[in-house]
Amino acid sequence: MSALVEQRAMEATAVKATGRARLKWARILRSPTAMVGLFLVGFWVVAAILAPVLPLYSPTEQDVMALADPTPSAAHWLGVDILGRDELSRLIFGARTVLVVAPLSVAVAMIVGITLGMIAGCYGGWIDAVISRLSDIILAFPVLVLYVILIANIGPSIINIVIATTIASAPGIGRITRGLVLGLKEQEYIAAARLRAESTLYIMLVELLPNCRGMLIVDACLRIGYTIITIGILGFLGLGLPPPNPDWGGMVKESTTVLNVWPLMSVLPSIAIVSLVLGFNLLADGLREAWKP
Amino acid sequence: MTMVAETISTNGERASETPLLAVQDLRIEFRGKAETIVAVPKLSFEVKPGESFGLVGESGCGKSTTAMAIMGYLGATGVVAGGSIRFEGEELVNAPAHKLRAIRGRRIAMVYQDPMSALNPVKTIGAQLAEVPMLHLGASRVEALDRAAAMLKDVRLPDAGDMLKRYPHQLSGGQQQRVVIAMALLGRPSLLLLDEPTTGLDVTVESAVIDLIGELRRRYGTSLLFISHNLGLIAESCDRVGIMYSGELVEEAPTRELFGRPRHPYTQGLIDCIPDIGQGKHSRTLAAIPGHIPLPSERPRGCLFGPRCAGFRAGLCDRPGMSLEPVGERHVVRCVRWPELEVARRELPPLSGESAAPAAAITVSDITKFYHLGYQKTLKANEAVSFEAGKAEIVALVGESGCGKSTLARIVTGLDRATSGEIRMAGENIAAIEASARPKPLLQSIQMVFQNPDSTLNPSHSAGFSIRRSLKKFGIRKGKAAIDQRMRELLEMVRLSPDFAARRPSQLSGGQKQRIAIARAFASDPSLIVADEPVSALDVSVQAAVVTLLLDIQKTRHATMLFISHDLALVRHVADKVVVMYLGKVMEKGTVEEIFGGATHPYTEALISAIRSTKPEGAERKRVTLTGDTPSPVDVPRGCRFASRCHRKLGSICDREPPPIRRMSATHEIACHIPVEALETPRHQDEARDRS
Amino acid sequence: MAIFVAKRLAMMMLTMVAASFLVFAVCEFTPGSVARKSLGPFATQEQVDFLTKKLKADDPLLVRYGRWAGVLLGIIPDPLQDPSTGLNFKDPRGAQYFGNFGYSTLNKLPVNDVIWSRLGNTAILAGLAFLLIVPLSIVFGILSGLKEGGVLDRLLSVICITFTSIPEFASGVFLVTLFVILWPVLPGTSPLDSEGGWSVPSQLVLPVAVLVIYDFGYVARMIRVSMIGVMEKPYIRTAVLKGMSTRQVVIGHALRNAMIAPFTVLLLQINFLISGVVVTELVFAYPGFGRLLLDASLFGDIATIEAATLITVAIAVTTQFVGDLGYMLLDPRIRLR
Repeated sequence: MSALVEQRAMEATAVKATGRARLKWARILRSPTAMVGLFLVGFWVVAAILAPVLPLYSPTEQDVMALADPTPSAAHWLGVDILGRDELSRLIFGARTVLVVAPLSVAVAMIVGITLGMIAGCYGGWIDAVISRLSDIILAFPVLVLYVILIANIGPSIINIVIATTIASAPGIGRITRGLVLGLKEQEYIAAARLRAESTLYIMLVELLPNCRGMLIVDACLRIGYTIITIGILGFLGLGLPPPNPDWGGMVKESTTVLNVWPLMSVLPSIAIVSLVLGFNLLADGLREAWKP
Repeated sequence: MTMVAETISTNGERASETPLLAVQDLRIEFRGKAETIVAVPKLSFEVKPGESFGLVGESGCGKSTTAMAIMGYLGATGVVAGGSIRFEGEELVNAPAHKLRAIRGRRIAMVYQDPMSALNPVKTIGAQLAEVPMLHLGASRVEALDRAAAMLKDVRLPDAGDMLKRYPHQLSGGQQQRVVIAMALLGRPSLLLLDEPTTGLDVTVESAVIDLIGELRRRYGTSLLFISHNLGLIAESCDRVGIMYSGELVEEAPTRELFGRPRHPYTQGLIDCIPDIGQGKHSRTLAAIPGHIPLPSERPRGCLFGPRCAGFRAGLCDRPGMSLEPVGERHVVRCVRWPELEVARRELPPLSGESAAPAAAITVSDITKFYHLGYQKTLKANEAVSFEAGKAEIVALVGESGCGKSTLARIVTGLDRATSGEIRMAGENIAAIEASARPKPLLQSIQMVFQNPDSTLNPSHSAGFSIRRSLKKFGIRKGKAAIDQRMRELLEMVRLSPDFAARRPSQLSGGQKQRIAIARAFASDPSLIVADEPVSALDVSVQAAVVTLLLDIQKTRHATMLFISHDLALVRHVADKVVVMYLGKVMEKGTVEEIFGGATHPYTEALISAIRSTKPEGAERKRVTLTGDTPSPVDVPRGCRFASRCHRKLGSICDREPPPIRRMSATHEIACHIPVEALETPRHQDEARDRS
Repeated sequence: MAIFVAKRLAMMMLTMVAASFLVFAVCEFTPGSVARKSLGPFATQEQVDFLTKKLKADDPLLVRYGRWAGVLLGIIPDPLQDPSTGLNFKDPRGAQYFGNFGYSTLNKLPVNDVIWSRLGNTAILAGLAFLLIVPLSIVFGILSGLKEGGVLDRLLSVICITFTSIPEFASGVFLVTLFVILWPVLPGTSPLDSEGGWSVPSQLVLPVAVLVIYDFGYVARMIRVSMIGVMEKPYIRTAVLKGMSTRQVVIGHALRNAMIAPFTVLLLQINFLISGVVVTELVFAYPGFGRLLLDASLFGDIATIEAATLITVAIAVTTQFVGDLGYMLLDPRIRLR
């Protein structure tokens, strides 16, 4: 046994000895990055869920009086926007939109991408070639350009954002899944499954998928973060969800016209986006560290 | 390092000699985030100038960690928590970085296990070798390259000048290891650490590398610290040996003394569980050591080997603070009961022999498997392979890496398809039917035990999962209760308690995983078991237990078995018939007596000769050392496949024409140009000619 | 090698055809819009119908795509330049030549007159950003990968992750607030002329910074992962145990190996920057390619969109190709096979 292997084994036992009995999920509790990420994401999730019961203004209600001084005040803790709507309320209700649309889009993209990647990896041959070439074509496209062209033509709506995300992300997810499957396919337990007449579908779902889980969850976290950014950008470009839905990107866009006077109006929704994306990115990083084999 | 040393009683006797390396009460810990693992609790040994000291033990015993501690390279979490390492009188523990750098590569050098990964893939051999003289001897680049070229000649690599310009991936495994050895010797070190230097190399290549190390050591007068799990290698290469178990030295003695009169029960067990090439299947059973090596966190009190020892006495063996006791001149052992146990050493009962010529269970004829690798490139994995196995017989397929034995296993089980040829089982030709197209009864009748315990079980499922699934899928039992009942029986059959079924593979040791894999293979009541190197990844003390178990089950189930292995000693112990393969072709086949008897194929002769025995008298056997490496299966020699390395090559006919099959007896065939009469008198004397 | 290049070129052509068709299909799914967009909102329905007929804009999608490709390859003249349409669209290069991207309905100019100068402006922006991203990410990545989990690694990792979480419009808002409003040392817009009193170089500072902030962290993370992997390799141990110092090991043995995998990632950033410029150029009113593409998409200027698509895909495929070549140069295991 080589020294490096032995050393690794020792180090692994040092970690494993206590972690063994515990759940895989419990390991993230020891990762400070993951905990900070979890806190940031958790903050927005809780705020979004509680939004209707919190003592907030309506996000669409205009307080014309407040427009005289839209900076934070006792009535409006974070001030109002250019139309006199409460900034805090719009931020929290904006979280609702983004926290539904981004995970939903990524979930659909994951399903499509994992399916394609599994099929390409398991069957190989011309099926793999066709799927891989198609993915290459889409991946050669700058993602945002793809979004802009798609959304500008099919119009902004939740469904269309889901469709655009799927088209833009599924090839990447497929490629990751395919890579994982190619690595796992040669494992002896897959051969053992083939020798007991298991169907390919069974091998995909029961033997392969659970072993790809960790990597795919990490990837999903990163993609949710990225999709939130994309939704923000679309909003900023004026391709966001149609008003009066509060949309963080749209809020930044509306207030850039008065950036010179009231920068806070643009800075606050920007901070909101950054904090949520940072949360997902930290979570992904923490999970990757915690689940490292 | 102010610990009061536990005096080792043998020290007094050799006070006159100053040791080159003195390790005293060494304690190595790995400090993880959650817990500290003591890899080596307290270790002391010495290497004298010019001496070759062997450190033997199984995986996780701390032998490699010790080597790394000597080099001062324990990684981010490893710490020397106590004791001292003195090299030529200088303390190495906590030595400043610049001092360590001056010693590393200059006065202590190292040879690593896996030469391919030990060499930087993006730098030429020359650049990597030249670094050593430039760093330590103040040589200019040109001088350094000259020295490197000279050293490459010393390690007998052909065409040194050209070799310097090559990249590591362009070399074979044997050549890479020679480069690593050359790199180690370039600094003219006084101590060479060899960390499993031949593990992973083919036996015939290993043999040449070991001979080279011995020779270089004599020439340069370098002391060796030889770390290995292979007792045979250590027995032949070392003057003195220390046996390590779970971080402790349990016995230390001069080689001949240690292997001739082992005192510690673990040493005895280790020696007994290695199959002996000199003895055949029916001479004795393999003595297995029960249980497994304790994890560093689960070391027992007192004697660490206690829980696995037949001579364990409560109250005596579980008292803490056992010391090494002298048992003879320069021979120490850490066992309180050694005087009694020595008498009690067991004689191993012979196996009852039984042999009848059974009806053929599987007939393989002219199996050929080509992989097309693209434009005009064909990998010839198997070519015209034929043999048959009778009911309940064990046929061993033997050969080195690339000989096509595993491909054949995959074809038999249906994981791959033959290009041409027939495999008949129960009258049906199954050579071209893949597993997915095989009817259930056929799948059920052929099952496989795989090589790698770490990949044989799905890490996402419990250990019992695949056994249960197999029982259900083949309808062996119906209903959850009956299936669970049967699974428990199968686990008992492989000597595991039923609660193992619920465990995760990550909670099992390698041997336990292989047992589960055996239970899974037998779950469908197969009539043919294909075992592809089932124990090669396991520790020796565990190997014996798993092989014995496999053989027991095979016998009681009357299953036929194809046993694939590179380990000839094991094969001799296990098989009824042997098929020797080289580069996709059968070189020789016959009964185990015939193969290991007198007349053999030159390749078989070389394979047998490459096996190192722990028996002192074994060293006197004549050795055949093959030159070069196995050619690539993409570019096979035109005539005899073995011609390029054969030590008994007749001449150009061997390169031109495929050899005829010589029928030595009804069961014994040899594919060789050498006539029958000459084959019957092997000429070991020729060896000298081939050692260029 | 020749086969490899030929394969790559074929793949590039195929990708461009597929991408342009997909874009065409998405934009022109509903036929007839060309006429309305060419004539503007104040034209009568009759005029639109007339032009639609003239341009045969009611033909099936595939036929229209074929016609567009024909114009591009110089096989047929651009129908929009036909004087009988009454549009008075004129390309000084003529109506029929190879590389004719057609007439921009948005700018009322030939696409070739608009797109190249815009591309040049963007190349300056993206090029400067790339020149900063490469050394920054390599330094950050190597330093944090040197000792995984160490203090330096944690610090640099947090910086990188935080920066990758800031989309361009957000960092634009932050930077403008800081350096334009609160501490006015830089201009908030970058029209690339000095009429506003700011020099052109000073106008480039913030847009470049925005691109670098969002992108370099990602590349640094990639290099870090690669570096960690390399530092765990046995050949690094070989080098250390030869007696080399950490610096010698890193420079002599680790660096080149650690750059093999991220090399393609690094080049892919060129591709990524093209996405980034769309937002950045909008924030700073920068007259570049990204804004042109955005405006064209919003307006539905098919000729400009198609031209931009072909250019971006060509850039993407070329960088991939260069990436593969660099990969072969860096890794002898691939080169010599």
